[in-house]
Amino acid sequence: MILGIVTGSVVATVKDKTYLGHKILMVQPVDQHNKPFGTEVLAIDKVQAGAGDRVLVMTEGNSARQLLNCDTIPTNMVITGIVDDIET
Amino acid sequence: MVKMLLGKVVGRLVATQKLHAFTGVKFLLVQPLNSHQKPQGDILVACDSVQAGEGDLVFFATGREASFPLPDPFNPSDATITAIVDQVNREL
Repeated sequence: MILGIVTGSVVATVKDKTYLGHKILMVQPVDQHNKPFGTEVLAIDKVQAGAGDRVLVMTEGNSARQLLNCDTIPTNMVITGIVDDIET
Repeated sequence: MVKMLLGKVVGRLVATQKLHAFTGVKFLLVQPLNSHQKPQGDILVACDSVQAGEGDLVFFATGREASFPLPDPFNPSDATITAIVDQVNREL
C-alpha cells in the first residue's frame, strides 16, 4: 500500500465494462512528509476521495478484485482510505 | 510497483508469428504520460481491448491484471489498454 495525494480525475466513455460505475482518480505518490515521488498513477476510488485528499492506495491486484467484488476487473490500484493524520 | 497509467497511443505493431492467446489482439505502442499530458518514462507495447487508435489518450493497466480484458484469459499480456480517456480534470 502507498500514500498518495489525489490530483484530479479522469473521464472515459469507452472502457472495459467492468469499470462501469467506478470513479477513476489520478494520484501522485508521496512520502510521509508529503514529498512527491515517482510517476502519477490512476486508481479506482472506493471511499469518495477528492482532489487534495491524502489517500491510502492498495497496489495489489488480488485485494483490489476482492474489494471491488469482481474477478475480472483489470485494476491493481484502489483507493481504500482517506488519511487524517500521520505520526512520524 | 505495478501501475495503472495514462498514456498516448503513438503507433501500432504487427506480428504474424505470435502466441495463440494473442490471436485477434491488436498491439499498440503507448507513451506513458503524467497528468499534464507530458511524456513520462519509456514507450511500451500494450494490447488493446477498447479499439483505440493512434493519437488517442488512453488508460492502461499493467501486471497480472492486464490479461483479464483479452478474449483468451490465459494470455501473457503485461500491459493492456482498458479505456479511452475523454477528459482529464486536473484540480491541483
